[in-house]
Amino acid sequence: MNLIKLLDSICPDTNTPEEKDRFYSRRDAFRQFGDFSKKVALGAVPLSILTALPKVAKADTASLIGVLNYALTLEHLEYRYYQMGLDSGVIMASERPIFQKIRDHELAHVKFLTEVIANVLNGTPVTEPKFDFTVGGAFAPFSDYPTFLALAQAFEDTGVRAYKGQAANVMESDVVLTAALSIHSVEARHASMVRRLRTKKGLDTQKGWVTNASIGSLPAATQAIYAGEENVSHAGVNVVNLTGIDAGAVSEAWDEPLSMNEVLGIAGLFLSTN
Amino acid sequence: MKNELFMPEGLKTANPRRQFLKMSGLTVAGAGLLLMGCDDEDRMPMMSGKVSLGSGDTGILNYAYALEQLEAAFYAQVMMGSFFANASAEEKIIFGDLEKHERAHREFFKVALGASAIADLEVDFSSIDFSSRNSVLAAAKTFEDLGVAAYNGAGQFLESADLLLIAGKIVSVEARHAAAIRDLINPNSVDFAGDDLIDVNGLERTLNFQQVLTAASTYVKTEIDFSQLPS
Repeated sequence: MNLIKLLDSICPDTNTPEEKDRFYSRRDAFRQFGDFSKKVALGAVPLSILTALPKVAKADTASLIGVLNYALTLEHLEYRYYQMGLDSGVIMASERPIFQKIRDHELAHVKFLTEVIANVLNGTPVTEPKFDFTVGGAFAPFSDYPTFLALAQAFEDTGVRAYKGQAANVMESDVVLTAALSIHSVEARHASMVRRLRTKKGLDTQKGWVTNASIGSLPAATQAIYAGEENVSHAGVNVVNLTGIDAGAVSEAWDEPLSMNEVLGIAGLFLSTN
Repeated sequence: MKNELFMPEGLKTANPRRQFLKMSGLTVAGAGLLLMGCDDEDRMPMMSGKVSLGSGDTGILNYAYALEQLEAAFYAQVMMGSFFANASAEEKIIFGDLEKHERAHREFFKVALGASAIADLEVDFSSIDFSSRNSVLAAAKTFEDLGVAAYNGAGQFLESADLLLIAGKIVSVEARHAAAIRDLINPNSVDFAGDDLIDVNGLERTLNFQQVLTAASTYVKTEIDFSQLPS
């Protein structure tokens, strides 16, 4: 992957000249640091970048790296889950392409985030944790297809809430924010598909969107994933009162964020203790 | 929308709109507008209008409001058409939900914008056959995919973290809609997150203001000035 080319393609040509300058100077600085780490001669790095960058960009990049490593952890989890599901043979043959596609996206997210953290932000990407998707033997996702689908829904809906919760924390960088939003909507597409697939198979009555804080037929342990989704007020406006539309439908029309701690509490269930 | 459903109403001789159009010397354009199905007399004053989205975060909110107006008007029209009347139970639930969601979004933005809100847009759904399942689903897919790409592209221009969060709360619902509509078109396929939208990095496409409003202009008669939006 050519990261610089990628960033050029992400960087919208609608930015102001000032923003563009800032973007390109930082991008170039990142590139130089990237080269630097690849043992390019020190003399090749312009002095101006070495003196100018740390003040502005280093503090920024530390927090960006933190958020992206958090996202990367979740992507590792999702990718490994689908890969193990595909390897196990638990997935119905006619539905394998759906999960191969989702697996491909999660793997692409792992690679993309790893690349951005390492070669654009010059940080250290987290390595893949060891997962236990049975949660100590409580679940059998790789031998029971309904369980596989239930956890897939749980992970996708969690992913949507996790990215949403970090949008404000990466908004200092147009590039990172736009990339995060572009992953966020892909996770939402996955979530919608898996939710509806479960319902089409008679496993649940959930729709593609989240009604109130309903877990449907998911295990009770998933309640934290949906807590707060019943919210119908935004920017101080109670949309039920405003429109007369029922609270269930209004709750569906806005997805809610989760904080990093809340998500890690959920994801932590699936980390191996060994 | 079938033109003939609206022509008789629009061609009534005493129609004040027609008189207005005649007086303004807009008979040619007026004929087109009448065929277009302006079923709501109240909107008449805005018909040949132009709106300016404004600047800064207000401009972005008006941009979102414009798109939500378009979506809400579309689903309201779907529910009056014969496709919906004969749709499957699943399709009825989905389109019923989408109509409520988009109306809720529209009304929220309207009240959030207050006096800064743009006027009601004049929509033109003459290219959509509301009796045809294929036509309605294709249009729904266009609107939902466009909405996602628009929000994803506009996020970076918002100054307010609170507004960014609200946009984020809405865009994922639009993406859920888009996936469901795509699955209705091609059930149990991989189209819900197809390669036509998602690149090799697993990132969904973004569109800028001009791209979105150009795509939307097929369905919007009102001229939308976005020149003051952040760029």
